[in-house]
Parts: sequence; structure tokens; C-alpha cells
Amino acid sequence: MPARRLLGEGLRTLVMWAPLVVSCAYVVIFSLWTTAVSLTRSTLLPDYTWAGWRNYTVVLNSRNWQVAYANLAIYGVLFVVLATAVGLLLAVLIDQRIRGENVFRTIFLYPIAVSFVVTGTVWGWLFNPSIGLQKLVQGWGWEGFRFGWTIDRDLAIYAIVVAAIWHASGFAMALFLAGLRSVDADLLKAAQIDGAGPWRTYTRVVLPTIGPIFVAVLVMLLQFAIKTYDLVVALTAGGPGISSTLPALVVYDFMFQRGELGRGSAAAVMLLASLTVVLLPYAGFRLWQNRRSAARA
Amino acid sequence: MSALTIRNVSKRFGAVQVLHDIDLDVESGEFLILVGPSGCGKSTLLSIIAGLENATEGRIEIGGKPMNGVPAKDRNIAMVFQSYALYPSMTVRQNMTFGMECRGVPKREQATILDRVARLLQIEALLDRKPSQLSGGQRQRVAMGRALVRDPLLFLFDEPLSNLDAKLRLEMRMEIKRLHQRLGSTIVYVTHDQIEAMTLATRIAVMHRGVVQQFADPDTVYNRPANLFVARFMGAPPMNTVPARLTGEAGAMVATIGQGAAAVRLPVAEVPAAWAGREVVLGLRPECIAEPTRHFSDMDGATVTLDAPVEVIEPTGAETIVLLRFGGEQVLGRVAPDLRLAPGTNARFAVDTRKICLFDPQTELRIA
Repeated sequence: MPARRLLGEGLRTLVMWAPLVVSCAYVVIFSLWTTAVSLTRSTLLPDYTWAGWRNYTVVLNSRNWQVAYANLAIYGVLFVVLATAVGLLLAVLIDQRIRGENVFRTIFLYPIAVSFVVTGTVWGWLFNPSIGLQKLVQGWGWEGFRFGWTIDRDLAIYAIVVAAIWHASGFAMALFLAGLRSVDADLLKAAQIDGAGPWRTYTRVVLPTIGPIFVAVLVMLLQFAIKTYDLVVALTAGGPGISSTLPALVVYDFMFQRGELGRGSAAAVMLLASLTVVLLPYAGFRLWQNRRSAARA
Repeated sequence: MSALTIRNVSKRFGAVQVLHDIDLDVESGEFLILVGPSGCGKSTLLSIIAGLENATEGRIEIGGKPMNGVPAKDRNIAMVFQSYALYPSMTVRQNMTFGMECRGVPKREQATILDRVARLLQIEALLDRKPSQLSGGQRQRVAMGRALVRDPLLFLFDEPLSNLDAKLRLEMRMEIKRLHQRLGSTIVYVTHDQIEAMTLATRIAVMHRGVVQQFADPDTVYNRPANLFVARFMGAPPMNTVPARLTGEAGAMVATIGQGAAAVRLPVAEVPAAWAGREVVLGLRPECIAEPTRHFSDMDGATVTLDAPVEVIEPTGAETIVLLRFGGEQVLGRVAPDLRLAPGTNARFAVDTRKICLFDPQTELRIA
């Protein structure tokens, strides 16, 4: 009997710990290893000769990296703000107890079920001047119509923004809709009796009530934005030239195209650092919130 | 002046009829309570009065003006919700002034009104707090404050005390009563708690399955319930209702509970002669069964003393509830707490026969 109980407990421990150990190994150990490699002279293969911060300075001074970060700033801000706005708008519209709500919800939520590669490919076709929207509209007779964003150096990054918004705003909508539905119906009735119109009801009563959902949506979208890779690869491959490249592409480029393992690792570590910078304020906010509610209780 | 008139109001949700032909008149300054078990339609009726729902049929008038099709904000009403429905992102001050802001009341006037109401409800110290920083009782006060800043024709309360603990509920009940006496406002108040109904109302509408069972002052509802439902719903513990047989002739009729030697005979007055010899349901409030020394009235023959077997006693401190048998039927009595009754033995009780109610067993309506 004791042997059997021992086995049972051992099994439970094993079940609990095995995944934890594996994820620790993958996440923590490889992160540390990457950090270590980023400080060495590794090129095609790991080479543990100390190089100090040289990889970092080289990456930071490379044009690829600078373009990628400038793009990330444009893409990140536009994508997060617009996807939130579109998601919120869709959620508010659906929340009007419209007929066929389920159909619309499914349609809007569908893009998130499509992988980034497919999204990128499809939008690649749409943006392609010789087969996409431009061709279609020109075929209708509007000869001067131009929609070849992906082949324009200055517009390619905006093409990515559009595709990413299409992909993610349904997700934002789902979160917002859940939030809107959780608002106490009595609040809306109270606002109705107080004489607040729809605009005032939303801006003063409903949206402030779902503030935490905004934080959740913003954080999710922002980390989406920072790690974007496959969408760009499928849509523009970072081009024309490197005009629409993003940090994740630069990491890949250094590591596997140029065989600069040290520099690629340095770029990866910096990418991880930017994610941390984004998520830390959120973690701090949560901590502050918990402390405050604990202090009140 | 009639503050609220409800005429033939019916409400259907699809195939389900939740309100049948409701007719109520409320005078200015009255405290009307809509009471009934959950699902009786009382909250729906309140929503219709507020303009949050539309009646399928019928007419609503507030202050003599027809209100059908008038939106909630133009009905000159204020409402206190069960959940309080305070805007969580606003401070107490903003919660209370939001309605005035929507109606375009000048800032200075808003401040004056806010000051007056905050003083009245003693919430001046809470004005800059958020609802999440308030206790249940404080939220309740703020919710009332939000209604009071409006000075409406009609206050609507939707089960406002049901989220409070027992002690606070008593306090707030008293406070609402005091407020009503002081301001003389007209109130329509929904509750499922019959004690709240008895203590607060000037008139009670008892509802069941979407029908008003009785619409009368608390005394009448309690002592002369219109039917068996009202008799059993009002009062805690509820009215005893037992089958009985009427014998004798008009003016000197006797109701007999049970058969043979254990049968209990109680004189009843004012019964239509046609009921002689027929089966009825006899209703007797627990407080009408007491210890034998109790003196109910100076009226001759009002008090009958009899022996009955005691089954269970429940001392509550202020009094003792006794489960006993009258002619084999279970009934509850309320006796003085110092009376030491032994379960399983016979004891002597005094019965107040003036308050006996008789009901038709078929229609369940009161006949006397």
C-alpha cells in the first residue's frame, strides 16, 4: 500500500514538475545562453571568446536595426491605436443588440483564426498592383488609381499596419464585447434616467467602467506588435529593400542569413528587453492595484 | 392630486404574460409598496413606470400627464436600484451631479443642491470617494442621494435594502421612513420582504403571477387579506390556514376544526347565512393563539380558551413560537417567553376569535 501511495504522489509530482522543468529549460536556459552568446565572437558556430559589448554596438549602428526600430515605432503605435479603436467601434456596434449578432461576431473574429502567414499572403495579393485591388479598380475604369503600397518604399510599412489591424481588431472586439456585456445593466438604466445620451453614456459611464479591459487589450496588442515576424515575411519580406523590416526580421537575418550568431543574439536580447520594457509598467500597475485593494481590505 | 395612475397595464414577453391588467392609483405623498414573491412581475411594473420598459397595453400617468412613449429621462422620476448602480469610475460627488449635468443645471445650482442633499443624508465626508471605497450602507445612502438631488414627482425604489446585512437593513428602513415623513415625497417601492412592506407603506399592492391580489393599507392587508395567497404571504410566521366546517345559523355560527373528541370549536361572526353547513378554510394569525392569561379584548366571547397538544417550541427571546394541533391540524401560536411549555403534553391556550378570517376553499377568496 505505501509503495502504491508513493507511486501516486511521485506521479503527481512528476506531472506537475515535468512541464515546468521543460519550459524552464527552454525559456530561461536558452535566454541565458543567448545572452551569453551575444557577448562572444560567435559567427556561424558558437565561439566562446569574450567580445564584450561589441556585438551590441555593431547591431545598434547597423542601418538594418535603425530602420527596423523606426518601423517598429510607426507600426507599433498605429497598429495598437487603430486596432483598439476599430475593435472598440465594432464591439460597441455589436452591443446595440442587433439582429444576427452571432454572425457578425464570427465574421469579425474570423481573421484571428487565420495564421499570420495566410494573412500576409492574402493581403500581399490585394496589395499587388498587377493582380490586386489596383488592377480591379483600374479595370472598372479608374485608370489613375494606385494601390501598390507593398512596392512603395514609403508605404510598405503601412501595408503591414493595415493587414495587422485586419488580423487583430476582431480579437480586440471580442475582449471589448465581453467587457461591455459585463457592465451592470442597472448602470445603463441609471444613466438613462439621469438623461445621458448614447455618447455620454459610453464615454462617461461604460468605457471608464471597462478600463481594465483597455489595459489588457493594449498590452496584448503591443506584445503582438513587437514580436511580429511571419506577417512581414509573407507580405513584403521586409522590402522593398529593407524599408519595411522589423526587429524580429533583423534577428533572423543576422543569425541565419549572415551567419553572425553573436550579433543576432545581441539583437534578440535587445528585442527581449523592449518586450520587458513594455510589460514592466503593466506588471507594476497590477502590483499597485493589488496593494491598494489589499490595503483597503 | 394623483401622483401616479396605472390603468389596465399588461405586459407580455413573447408568449409569456408577466402582468395582467394592473390598475393602481397613488395619491401625492403616498408610499406605495409593490410586494410579492420573486417572479410576480413587481420589478417589471416598476420598470414600466420608470419608462425603462414599455407596457404591451394600458396607460401610465405621472402627475396627471400621460407617460406612454415618454422616455425615462423626461418622466420627472428618480430611481434607486437594488445594486445601487453607482457609476464606478466617478466620485460620489460626480455620481450625484451627473444627472444635473446631463440636464444642463448650472454649476452653482448643482453645488447648492449637492450640499443640501449631502447634509440631509450625512454623506458630506464621502463626496470625494469612489463607490468602491464605500461600505454597503454608505453606497445605499449615495444611491438615495443621487435620487434626491432631482426633487422628482416620483421616487422609485427597486429592492433597495436587499443587499444589506440584517442590522443595517433595519437602520436604513427607519431612515427611509423618516425621509419620507420629512420630505413628503411620493414613493413607489418594490420589495419581496413583507415586513418592509408592513413597516414602510401607506398602501400595499400584493402581487402574484402578474396580478394584483390586494391593494389596500397595511392594516387591511394584514387583518383582512383578500384571499388565501395574501393571508399566507403577509406575516412571519404566516397565518395559519386550516380546513373547517361551519355549523349553526347566521349571527351565531361556529367553525369546527377536526373530528370527534379532539375537534376545536371557534365562534365566528359576520358569515353570510348561505355558508352554514359548508366547508371553509379558516385563517388565524399566530399571535391570536397565546397563553391562557392573555386578555385580548373586553368584548364578550372574543376570547376562547381551550386545551391543545404541544409539539415543538421555538423560543426567540421576545416570545416563544409554539407548534400545536387544533383538531389534528398543525397551527402556530405565539406565547409569552416565560411560559414553560413541555413538548408532547397538553396545554391551555387563549384564542382571539375576533380576527378569524374565513376563505372559500374553491375560489380562495375571503368570505368573512
